[in-house]
Amino acid sequence: MSLNVPTMAEMTAKGESPEILFWVGCSGSFDDRAKKITKALVKILNKCEVKFAVLGAEESCSGDPAKRAGNEFTFQMQAMMNIQVLEGYDVKKIVTACPHCFNTLKNEYPELGGNYEVIHHTQMIQELINQGKISIKDGGTYKGKKITFHDPCYLGRANDVYEAPRSLIESLDAELVEMKRCKTKGLCCGAGGAQMFKESENGNKEVNIERTEDALETQAEVIATGCPFCNTMMTDGLKNFNKENEIEVLDVAELIANAADL
Amino acid sequence: MISNILFAVLLVGSMSFFIWNILKIRSNIRLGRDLDRSDRKSERLKTMLLVALGQKKMFTRPIPALLHLMIYSAFILTQIELIEIFVDGLSGSHRIFRPDLGGLYTFIISFIEILSVLAFIATLIFLSRRNLIKVPRLNMKEMKGWPKMDGNMILFMELILIIFILTMNGADEAMHLQEYGSSYGFTISSLIGPIFEGMDLSTLHTLERVGWWGHIIMVFTFINYLPYSKHLHIFLAFPNTYYSNLEKKGRFTNMESVTTEVKLMMDPEADPYAAPQEGVTEPQRFGAKDVTDLTWKNLMDSYSCTECGRCTSSCPANVTGKLLSPRKIMMDTRDRLVEVGENKRKHGADHDDGKSLLGDYIKEEELWACTSCNACVQECPVNIDPLAIIIDLRRYLVMEESKIPTELAGMLTNIENNGAPWQFSPADRLNWANEEG
Ligand code: SF4
Ligand code: SF4
Repeated sequence: MSLNVPTMAEMTAKGESPEILFWVGCSGSFDDRAKKITKALVKILNKCEVKFAVLGAEESCSGDPAKRAGNEFTFQMQAMMNIQVLEGYDVKKIVTACPHCFNTLKNEYPELGGNYEVIHHTQMIQELINQGKISIKDGGTYKGKKITFHDPCYLGRANDVYEAPRSLIESLDAELVEMKRCKTKGLCCGAGGAQMFKESENGNKEVNIERTEDALETQAEVIATGCPFCNTMMTDGLKNFNKENEIEVLDVAELIANAADL
Repeated sequence: MISNILFAVLLVGSMSFFIWNILKIRSNIRLGRDLDRSDRKSERLKTMLLVALGQKKMFTRPIPALLHLMIYSAFILTQIELIEIFVDGLSGSHRIFRPDLGGLYTFIISFIEILSVLAFIATLIFLSRRNLIKVPRLNMKEMKGWPKMDGNMILFMELILIIFILTMNGADEAMHLQEYGSSYGFTISSLIGPIFEGMDLSTLHTLERVGWWGHIIMVFTFINYLPYSKHLHIFLAFPNTYYSNLEKKGRFTNMESVTTEVKLMMDPEADPYAAPQEGVTEPQRFGAKDVTDLTWKNLMDSYSCTECGRCTSSCPANVTGKLLSPRKIMMDTRDRLVEVGENKRKHGADHDDGKSLLGDYIKEEELWACTSCNACVQECPVNIDPLAIIIDLRRYLVMEESKIPTELAGMLTNIENNGAPWQFSPADRLNWANEEG
């Protein structure tokens, strides 16, 4: 099935406007693993006939890593450019599969003049399920499987979203097993604050290894996340323990898309 | 009579010294940059009542929370007894409230006595957690030396304080028994009264006085010790939680000064050579190099820190052996602020000792280990925000000194040139939509 991914420019040319803008983000656009998450979400949006659009080549980095790295100039330049583009299309509502973009667009753009309703893709999928637009028969592929959820810092602690991804996992009839550090106490995967783009400082362990140990302890068959960076970190962590063939790291959107046979 | 005067002198002396110290701390906190936290008053009040008074965040770790609660409630309720001690001390009366309050008095004193015994037990457990069991978060690098002694000193003071109270009440009880043939009926001292059996009245009287004076002298010592100790949190927890950051934790502050410049850069009609507007003050430095570049709330945070280490023990960088410890960030900020404040008072407001928070206290390596995960902020029982300080120090490093790890410099260049942190062409952004798989 080919994906239907209209751009803002195309829609506008047709005199239409979407209900919601899908902000893909840099990972979702360029990283091979994250692109699969992007596609899973598009499949869900297509299936539910959500009228959405992407910015395509007009999208640019939200500026999150620049701001966390301490370069407010680069951040604000990016933010203002993006706000101009979003203003041009009169965007009101945004969904994104990246908690970092989510946080920045939602919390940091308003002070620079960009006010939108921003939701994380797990919140949107939860809404779609609640509205009955997508259904998973008998839990699908994951029925009875042990799944653990790794809370992305920028979704959980930073924005207090803990329940949406969990309710999606529960809708799979799977057994949600929590790690000893979860929700407000969840341990970072090690990628935030621009760490993703650099070697870590000297220490005695990598953060993602520490976190992968938490996940392994639960004996889960699937580690679910809601962030492309967490996904990378947990996948690398599993490789370190040679478990990449036994345990899968999947985004919640992928779980739903797989279970609904999309 | 002499003892009344002595008491009055001690009272006035110790209160004055305490107030003098508090004013110093207040003026130190005011060295920080402006920040408006005068909004959302009812929400602030609620936060203060829940977090400071109600100790809400302590209860994520139930055992220490319970022990802490025993000491905390004993401390709060003893204040009622302290009022009587003040009145007795100044007027020469003995248990002035007892005749009027009757049964209620017996109840209150008994209640305080029971709490004191619980607090005594809790204090012993706390001492052994620090020194025998050596709970890791209380025995880390930054806790060596003074901080360790500080923690123990407070606990010892509490033990001595309680011993004095019980000596006072116990001896008084034994005296009362001898004189009137009846007990006061205070729960604990009527139990320990028999220890003093067989002593004559004058010995008992001396013991009671030793207990009374010992107690009040410990109280005066304690209160004047607070400004030098992490124990100041018993007061500062209240304003500090009242002025909490009420925004989402993921939202970093917006730098207005940068916004102005970026707007100028993006506005084609702006005149880059235009003279600065009248009345515009010299721009502040970007980010923070020293404590005076931080906001007053960051500085209040540093004085409120209890050095409990909840932040550090949940910090992903710290638990994996990196140099960063959010508790140390707070302790360094406080130590440096005390130093800057002293310098300014001694050598005048413009004095520069050539040192700074960044560099002399906090190293770059610490700052770059932070993942901005907010675990420290979440865990702190008095709503301290170490991350805010870390980010402001990073901002100074990056924007004023261009000191940044090479990979991050590359990442920033990519964002500026390609609109993505990696080297991909912006034109390829939508390629995924047409790729297989
Ligand atoms: S925000 Fe930084 S300092 Fe605080 S816990 Fe996370 S990594 Fe540690
Ligand atoms: S910052 Fe908060 S959590 Fe950390 S040591 Fe101080 S009081 Fe404890």
